[in-house]
Amino acid sequence: MTSLINTPVTEPVIPSANDRITGEGITNVSRRGVLKGIVAGGGLVLAARIMPVGRPFAQTATAYGAAAMPHGTVNAPSAFISIAKDGTVTIVCHRSEMGQGVRTGMPQIVADELEADWSRVRVVNATGDEEKYGNQDTDGSRSTRHFMPAMREAGASARMMLEQTAAKRWGVDPSEVSASNHEVVHKASGRKLGYGELAEEAAILEVPAKDQIKLKTPDQFRYIGKGLPLADGFDITVGKAMYGFDTWMEGMNYAVVARPPVFGGKVASLDDSEAKKIPGVLKIVRIEGTPAPAKFMPLGGVAVIAKNTWAAMKGRDALKITWDDGPHKSYDSEAYRAQMEETARKPAKVVRNEGDVDAALGKAAKKLEAEYYIPHLAQAPMEPPAATVRIKDGKCDVWACVQAPQITRTDIAEKLGMKFEDVTVHVTLLGGGFGRKSKPDFAVEAALLAKEMNGAPVKLLWTREDDIRHGYYHTVSAERIEAGMDANGKPVAWLHRSVAPSIVSIFAPDPKHQGAFELGMGLVDVPFDIPNLRCENGEAEAHARIGWFRSVSNIPHAFAIQSFAAEMAHAAGKDQKDYLLELMGPARVAELKSLDTLWNYGESTKMYPVDVGRLRHVTELVAEKAGWGRKVPERHGLGIAAHRSFVTYVATVVEAAVAEDGTLSIPRIDVAIDCGNVVNPDRIRSQVEGACIMGLSLALSSEISFKDGRVVQGNFDDYVVARIDQAPREINVHIVPSNWDLAPGGVGEPGLPPLAPALTNAIFAATGKRIRTLPIGEQLKA
Amino acid sequence: MIKLRINGQEKQFDGDGEMPLLWYLRDELGLTGTKFGCGIAACGACTVHLDGEAVRSCQTPISAAENAAVTTIEGLDPQGNHPLQKAWRDVAVPQCGYCQAGQIMQAAALLKQTPSPSDEEIDTAMWGNICRCGTYTRIRAAIRQAVKGA
Repeated sequence: MTSLINTPVTEPVIPSANDRITGEGITNVSRRGVLKGIVAGGGLVLAARIMPVGRPFAQTATAYGAAAMPHGTVNAPSAFISIAKDGTVTIVCHRSEMGQGVRTGMPQIVADELEADWSRVRVVNATGDEEKYGNQDTDGSRSTRHFMPAMREAGASARMMLEQTAAKRWGVDPSEVSASNHEVVHKASGRKLGYGELAEEAAILEVPAKDQIKLKTPDQFRYIGKGLPLADGFDITVGKAMYGFDTWMEGMNYAVVARPPVFGGKVASLDDSEAKKIPGVLKIVRIEGTPAPAKFMPLGGVAVIAKNTWAAMKGRDALKITWDDGPHKSYDSEAYRAQMEETARKPAKVVRNEGDVDAALGKAAKKLEAEYYIPHLAQAPMEPPAATVRIKDGKCDVWACVQAPQITRTDIAEKLGMKFEDVTVHVTLLGGGFGRKSKPDFAVEAALLAKEMNGAPVKLLWTREDDIRHGYYHTVSAERIEAGMDANGKPVAWLHRSVAPSIVSIFAPDPKHQGAFELGMGLVDVPFDIPNLRCENGEAEAHARIGWFRSVSNIPHAFAIQSFAAEMAHAAGKDQKDYLLELMGPARVAELKSLDTLWNYGESTKMYPVDVGRLRHVTELVAEKAGWGRKVPERHGLGIAAHRSFVTYVATVVEAAVAEDGTLSIPRIDVAIDCGNVVNPDRIRSQVEGACIMGLSLALSSEISFKDGRVVQGNFDDYVVARIDQAPREINVHIVPSNWDLAPGGVGEPGLPPLAPALTNAIFAATGKRIRTLPIGEQLKA
Repeated sequence: MIKLRINGQEKQFDGDGEMPLLWYLRDELGLTGTKFGCGIAACGACTVHLDGEAVRSCQTPISAAENAAVTTIEGLDPQGNHPLQKAWRDVAVPQCGYCQAGQIMQAAALLKQTPSPSDEEIDTAMWGNICRCGTYTRIRAAIRQAVKGA
C-alpha cells in the first residue's frame, strides 16, 4: 500500500532558470519535500504519504538484468511522479544525463503511460537514493533496457489512479472512463476532469497491484517511438543548463589538486611557501593517496584552496613538490606493447574452446594470422570532473557530475566517516561522461577538502591536464587472431588471443587476466559459425588505473575480429560483406556451448540470446542502405563491420577516401541498429552519430601513452580528438523498427565498436593498405 | 581598476589583470554559460565575443577586454531566440550540451562575417570547437538552417 504521487518539488535539482544555486538552493526533491509536507511555490500542493513499495522486479530467483543490479528497479509512482494543482506534472529522472538523452527518454516513457501532455511535464533529477528509485548507476547502456518496464508501470499506475478518482467523483464505473492527454474523460456524458483537479484525491488511493496494472498496447503509445524536444534543449542553447563545473554558492571556495605524476606515487617533499603568497590562496591541504587497489578513491597529492579558480591554479603552479614515484615509475608504453605482443604469441589461459583448433589449423589449406593493437584512451568529456561539497551542521551535501550518485554517496560517507543518511548527492548535468564519471574519486577529493573549510563550500575542478594525466584509462590491448580455411576459403579454425590489463585491477589485487565481463564483450561471444574455435587470454599487469570507456573491451575485440574477417575475405578472394555473413553462418541463436556461463552484459540468454539472425539482418540492411557494391571514385573504398554489444546489434559501412598524399577523408557513414524497441528515435540516431565520431577519434588520432610511468599527453593539442572537418558529410542511421516481442537493448555504446574496423576495412578497399595499429596517425602517409 | 562592458552592462574589476576573462565571467559574475574545456584555447568551449569577434576567453586576459564589449551566450539574444539558438533546438543538436554555448558563439561570429557560408567555410570556422559527443553533422545542419531561416 502506498500513495500515488510524490510530494512536491521545492526547487529543481538542476536549476534551469536564471537562478544560481544558493546555499539553500538545491535540495533533495523527495527528502525535503517530505519533511516540509505541503510546499508553496509553483502551486504544487500534494502532500502524499511516502512509502516506497520496494522492488517488484528485484531480488527474484533469477539474478539477471535489472534484478541483478544493486537495488534493482522501483515502479512506485510516488517515487517518480508529482502532479500540481495547476496540472503541472513533475517527473523525476533518477539516471544521470550525460548527453544520451535520458532526461528526455525516461520521462517520455512515464508521460506516455500517464497520458500526460509533454508540454506540461517538467523533469527534475533525483538525488542519489537507490532505496527509493532503484539502481542509479548510469552506465552499461542500461537505463532504458532496465527501467522501461518499471517506468511504464509507474506511469500506468498513476493514470489508473487518476481514472479511478474521476470515476468515483462521477459515480460511474472506472471502466467507463479513460485518461487522455492530461485529463480523464467520461465518454458517455462528455464530462472531463483535468489531472490537476484529480491529483490530490488520487494520491491517497492504493497503487494498483503489479498484476492489475493495465499497460498500453504499442498502438496506443503517444510518445514512445517519437522524437520529442529535449528536456534541456532551451537551457543548453542559452547557457543556463547547469553542469558540475557550474555550481555556485555564496562564500564558495575553489580548489585544484597537484596529483602524483605516476600512479601509486606520493609526495616526498613539499615547499608551499610561494603558493601561500599568491593573492587569493586560502589553504594548502595534503590528500592521502589510496593504496592499491585504487577503487574510486583519491590518488592523493596536494590541494590548493583559493577564492577563485585562477588563484587556485596559480597557487598549484607555485607548489614545489618532489614525488616518490612508487612501483609503476618505469611503465613505458612502447616496452609494454612489445611485452603484450610477446604474450599474445604464446599459449595462454583458455576461455572458450570448441572442436580441435590445433588439428584443424594443421590441416587447413590456407592459414592466416594477424596482430592488432589499440593504446590506452582517455574519455576526455568536454566537462572535466568537478564537484562541490559543503559540510555543515553534520550534513554533507555534494553537487557533482557523477554517473553513479549512490556509489558517490557511499564512498564519501566511508571516507569521511559519516553516516550514509547524512550525505546527500545532488546530480548536476554531466558535460559528457563516457565512463569517466562513473568513478567519483573527484567528489571524494572535494569532500576531503570541504572538511577542512569549516562549513564553507568547496568546488574542486579538474583541469584538462588533470583529466588526461590522472584518469581511469581505457585498457591497452594486443589481439592476435589465427585462422585456417579449406580449399574453398571456408573458415575451419579460429584462434583469438587477447591480452589487456583488466578493470578488475582497480577493485582487487591485480588479477592479470580479463574479467568475465571484459571477455564477454565480443571476445568469447564471437557469434561465428566455425567448428573449431578457441579464445585465450594472456596475462597483463596493470600499471595505471584502468576504467570503463564507452563500449569498453568491445573496442579492441571488435576491431580485431572485424578487421580479421575482412582479411580472411581478401585471402579467400571473396566480398567482405558476403564473407562476414558466411562467418556468422545461418540465422539462429548462437549456442556458445563451451562457455559455462555467458556473461551477456548481465542479462539472461533467454531474454537476450545471441541472435545471429538479428546480426545478419543489420548487416544486410546496412549493406543495402549504403549501396554496398556501388561503384566508388578512385581511391575510395567501402568497409563493413558488424558487432553485437550491450545486447544490441549494429552494422556499419564506412566510405573512406585516401588521397595520393595519404590524406584521409570520410564522405559517408551508414549504420543499421537493432535495439529491440525504440523509445526516442532521434536520440538513438544522435547516440549512433556520436558513437561514430568517438569511434573516428580513436581510429584516427587518440592515444594515451606512458613514459617513465607518466602520461605523455596533456591536453587537446596532443590528445587529439575528431574535429568538425573530419566528420563525414553524411551519417545515415537506419533503425530497425520496434519489435515489442523483444526486450529493449542498449543504445549509448553499441554504435562505437564497429566504426574503427569498418573504417580500416574501407581504407584497405581504397588503397590495399591494412591498418592493424590504432590510431591510424601518420600510417597512411608512409 | 579595469572597466568592462559585459552583455551591455558596465562592470569594474579590481584584481589580477592577467586572470583569464573566463574565470572573471564564471567565478565573479556567475555567467557560467561560458565553459572551461581545456584552458589553452584548443577546444572552443569558452568562446565569447569581444567587440563582435569570437575569442577564447580562457586565453584572453581580463586586461585585454578593457573597454571592449564582451558578449557571452547569456547576452547573445535577450529571449534566447537568435536564429542559431532556434536552429540548434530545431535540429536537436545538443547531446550533453556542454560545448554548445561555445559552438553557438563561434557560429554567430561566422554568420556575421559570412552570412551564407559553404560547408567548407563552416568547417574552417568551427574547426577550433570540439564536441566530444560528436554532434558535428548536426552543427553543420543547424548553421545551414539558421542561414535559411534568417
